[in-house]
Amino acid sequence: MSEQYDVAIIGGGPGGYVAAIKAAQIGLKPVLIEREHLGGICLNWGCIPTKALLRSAEIMTTINHAKDFGIKVGKVDFDFEKIIQRSRDVSKKLTSGVGYLMKKNKITVIDGTAKLKDANTLTVKTKDGKETVKAKNIIIATGGRARHLPGLAPDGKFIWTYREALKPDVMPKRLCVIGSGAIGVEFASFFNALGSEVTIIELADRIVPAEDAEISAAALKAFKKAGMTIRTECTVSETKPGDKQIELTIKDKNDKTETLTVDRVIAATGIVPNVEDIGLEDLGIELERGFIKTDGHGRTNVKGVYAIGDVTNPPWLAHKASHEGIIAIETIAGHDVAPLDANLVPGCTYTSPQIASVGLTEQEAKDAGHKVKVGKFPFQANGKALALGEPDGMIKTIFDEKTGELLGAHMIGTEVTELIQGYAIAMGLETTEHELMETIFPHPTLSEMMHESVLDAYDKALHF
Amino acid sequence: MPIPILMPALSPTMEAGTLAKWHVAIGDEVASGDVIAEIETDKATMEVEAVEEGRIGALYIDEGTEGVKVNSTIAMLLEEGEDESALDDVDPENAASANGAAAEKNKQPEKSEKTDRKDNKSPAPATDKTPAKSARRDGERIIASPLARRIAKQNNLDLGQINGSGPNGRIIKADIEAAMKDGTAQKAAGGELTTTRSVASDPVEGGQVIRPVSDKEIFATYEEGSYDLIPLDNMRRTVAERLTIAKTTIPHFYLTIDCELDQLLTSRKRLNENAPKEGHNAFKLSVNDFIIKALALALQYVPHANATWSSNGILRHKRSDIAVAVAVEGGLFTPVIRHADLKTLSEISNEMKDLAHRARAKKLSPADYVGGTTSISNLGMMGIKKFDAVINPPHATILAIGSGEKRAVVVGDEIKIRTMMSVTLSCDHRVVDGALGAELLHAFKGFIEDPVTMLV
Repeated sequence: MSEQYDVAIIGGGPGGYVAAIKAAQIGLKPVLIEREHLGGICLNWGCIPTKALLRSAEIMTTINHAKDFGIKVGKVDFDFEKIIQRSRDVSKKLTSGVGYLMKKNKITVIDGTAKLKDANTLTVKTKDGKETVKAKNIIIATGGRARHLPGLAPDGKFIWTYREALKPDVMPKRLCVIGSGAIGVEFASFFNALGSEVTIIELADRIVPAEDAEISAAALKAFKKAGMTIRTECTVSETKPGDKQIELTIKDKNDKTETLTVDRVIAATGIVPNVEDIGLEDLGIELERGFIKTDGHGRTNVKGVYAIGDVTNPPWLAHKASHEGIIAIETIAGHDVAPLDANLVPGCTYTSPQIASVGLTEQEAKDAGHKVKVGKFPFQANGKALALGEPDGMIKTIFDEKTGELLGAHMIGTEVTELIQGYAIAMGLETTEHELMETIFPHPTLSEMMHESVLDAYDKALHF
Repeated sequence: MPIPILMPALSPTMEAGTLAKWHVAIGDEVASGDVIAEIETDKATMEVEAVEEGRIGALYIDEGTEGVKVNSTIAMLLEEGEDESALDDVDPENAASANGAAAEKNKQPEKSEKTDRKDNKSPAPATDKTPAKSARRDGERIIASPLARRIAKQNNLDLGQINGSGPNGRIIKADIEAAMKDGTAQKAAGGELTTTRSVASDPVEGGQVIRPVSDKEIFATYEEGSYDLIPLDNMRRTVAERLTIAKTTIPHFYLTIDCELDQLLTSRKRLNENAPKEGHNAFKLSVNDFIIKALALALQYVPHANATWSSNGILRHKRSDIAVAVAVEGGLFTPVIRHADLKTLSEISNEMKDLAHRARAKKLSPADYVGGTTSISNLGMMGIKKFDAVINPPHATILAIGSGEKRAVVVGDEIKIRTMMSVTLSCDHRVVDGALGAELLHAFKGFIEDPVTMLV
C-alpha cells in the first residue's frame, strides 16, 4: 500500500508549488509531481527570464539616452549571449529557490508525469518506472503552452515561441512578432531596444487588445515612437522559409497582401491548456472551451479533484494561479475562503513603457450597464516622472457614477506595474472615490498620479 | 492565564444582545454556577452563569450596552493566585478568538483598528466616546466596506439588518445587493444610515421601522411637556419591526366563522370537575386549551394550510406547533406549544400555564418561542367579539379568537340560545388561498363544536 497524501498536486508552477507550500503550512500532507522543472513556465520560461531580458533592454535604452541626463558615454554595445545567460541565471536561481522551499516545508516532490486513475489515485511515470500515488484530493496545475497557429508552429529555425525566444540562437536583425498580447509585445520591446527591426502583426483592430482602448492607443504611439512597425487587423497567410530568412505573406482586412522578409518570427498567439494525457476523459472532468471548468474555489465537476492556473479559466497569469492554489488548499482544509474574483486579478505587461491594469475597461464598464466617471492623469504633469525623464504615459480610473465604486484602473508608463496593487487593494476593500481622495499620497512619487486620476474623475484634479 | 468570559448565544440565530445588568463587580469571587450578568435579547432576559471559578478581574462592557456581539469578551476571570497585572497582556478581542477555534497565524486587517487596550483597563461608557466610526469596544460597530455603506445609504437600508459575508463578517457590496434582491434589507429610520443601534433614550434616531410620519414631524406636532416619552425597549422594537414587515409585506386576507361552544363548555366543566386538583397530574382546562388542540388537529387534517412562504418554495410543515400570544407588561410574547396535535388537553393546559407564567416573568428561553407553524391570539376574555390579527411571520396564518357569548341563533326554523364564538383566520394569500383557509376553519369548527372528535 502506497502512502496516502491529503493532496496531490500535478504541476510545480506558481499555482502548484504555492499550493504545496500552503498545504504544508496548514498541516496537510501534500505531494507535488512535476514533469520538468519546479517553478513552471513562470520561473523557467516566462515571467522571470523575460523580466531579466527586459531589464537589459531597459538599461540599454537608458544609456542610449544618457546625454539627455547630462551623462557622456562612449560607444555603447551589448553582449547578446551575456544578456541571455543572465536571464537563464536569474531563472535558475529562483527555481533552485523553489526547491529549497519544498525541502523547508518538507514537501514530497516526485519528478514524473502524472495521470489520474480515479479521483484519489495517480499513476506517476518516473525515470525509474511507474508508481501509484494515493491522495484524498488532487489539484491539477498542469498549466498551458503556446498555441500553434497552422503554419506558424515552431520549425526549429525561423519560427519561435516564447520558449525559443528566451534562448535565441541569433540576435535577429529583422523580427516579426505575431500577436500583440503581453508576451508578444514584451519580446517586441526587448528586441526592438537591442536594435532589431520589429514588426508586430495583430489580428484585432488594436494592440494589447485586452487592455482599455486608450491604453492601446497610447501603447501604439509609444511603440511606433520607439521604432516598431505595427500592423493591426492583419494575419500571416503564408510562410516561405528561405535559406537565411523567412518570407511572410501579410494579409490585411481587405485581403490585400504584401510580403515581409525577416530573420525570425515569434508566434505569440495565446496559450492552450495542458489537458492531454492526464486522464481527464476517463474521470469525466468537464472542460470549457478546452480549459478545465472550475468554480471559484477550484473545484471541478468531480468531487475531490481541483484545477488551478492556466489549465483553467482566464486570466492566465502566475499570480492568479498562486491565488487559486491557496483558495483550493483552504477549501480542501475546510476553511471559509472567498472564491476568486477574476475581476480583481491585476495584469502587468513589462514593455517600455509598462502597462498595468485591474478591473473593467471603460468599454466593459459601459457594456455592463454602468454610467461611468472617468479620470485621467498624464505622466507629463507629474514631477517624479519628469525627474526620471519618463514623461510618457497616463493613469486612467473608472468609477461607477452612482455608487462611486472603483470599476477599473489602467496605466501605461514607467514602473506602473509597481503601482497597480494600490488600486487592487482599493477594489478588494471596496473603497469608493471618497477614501481614495482622502488618502495621502507621498510626494514626489509616481503614485501621486493615482490620486490625481481619481480627483480628475470628479473634476477635482489639482495639478492638471 | 486569566479566563475570558464571552457573550453567550441564547439562541442559534442570536448575533448580539444587550448586557442588561452585572451581578458582579471587579474583585468579586465567583463560583461556577453563580449568576454574573443578565443578557437581554429581543424576546427575553437571560442570566449568564459563571462556568469557572475565580475572581472578576475586568468588566469590559457597561450595563445597558446594546448590540454586544456574541462571543465577544465581556469580562475576565482571574484564576487563583493571579492579580490584575495578569490582565496587562490580555487583549479582550484576541482572548476571545484564542478561546475559539484555531487562531489564525495572520491577523485579519480589521484587527488593526483596535484601540490600545492597555491604556484602557477600565472602559469608559460607550456613549462617553465620540460617536465612533471605528473600534467601539461595546461591539456595536458594524463592519462594512465603504462601498457597501454608500449603497446602503443610497437605498436607505439599515446595515444592522444585513449579514456580512466578507472577512470577519464584513458587509460587502454583494451582501447589500443580495439583501435588496431577496427583500431582507430594511429601511433605516428617517433616511439616516443607522450604523449603530442608538440608545433607547434617543427617540429621534431610534428604531428600524419605516415610518409614515417622520420623527421630526411627530415631535413638531406635539408640544413638549404634553406627553411622556417612553423609551423603546428591545421587545417594543421587535414587535414594531416584525409586525410592520408582516403587515406591509404579507398579503393578508381574513375569514370569519362562528363556532357553537355549548358542547365544549359542558365537556370542559365535566373534565375539570373530575380533574385531580393537586399533584403533578392536576389540571384545569381553559377554553383556550381546546382551541389550541382543535387548531393543531385541523392543521393535520388540512396540511396544505400548515405552511410557510419562502422565495425558494413553500415549506409544508409536518408538525402542528402552535404559537400562542401572551400579553405581558409592555408587549407580548408568543411561546410555542410544539406537537400540539399529539398532546392531551391536560398536557397542553399545563404547558401553556408554565409558558404564560414564564413569559410574564420574562424568563422564556429562545427555545420556548422560536418557530411555530401558526399562531393563536385570544382576546375573548377581554370581551372582544371579533378582530383581525396580524400574521406573525414566518407563519402563514393566525387565528383571532373572540369571546364566547350567548347569542340568539336560528336552529332549523327556531330561534335558540347558543353560546357562540367568532374566530377570524388571517391568511397569507401567497400560501393559503380562500378556499384552503375556509377548509381549515371548517375543520377547526368541527373539533370545537364536537370536542369528542378530538379524541380520535
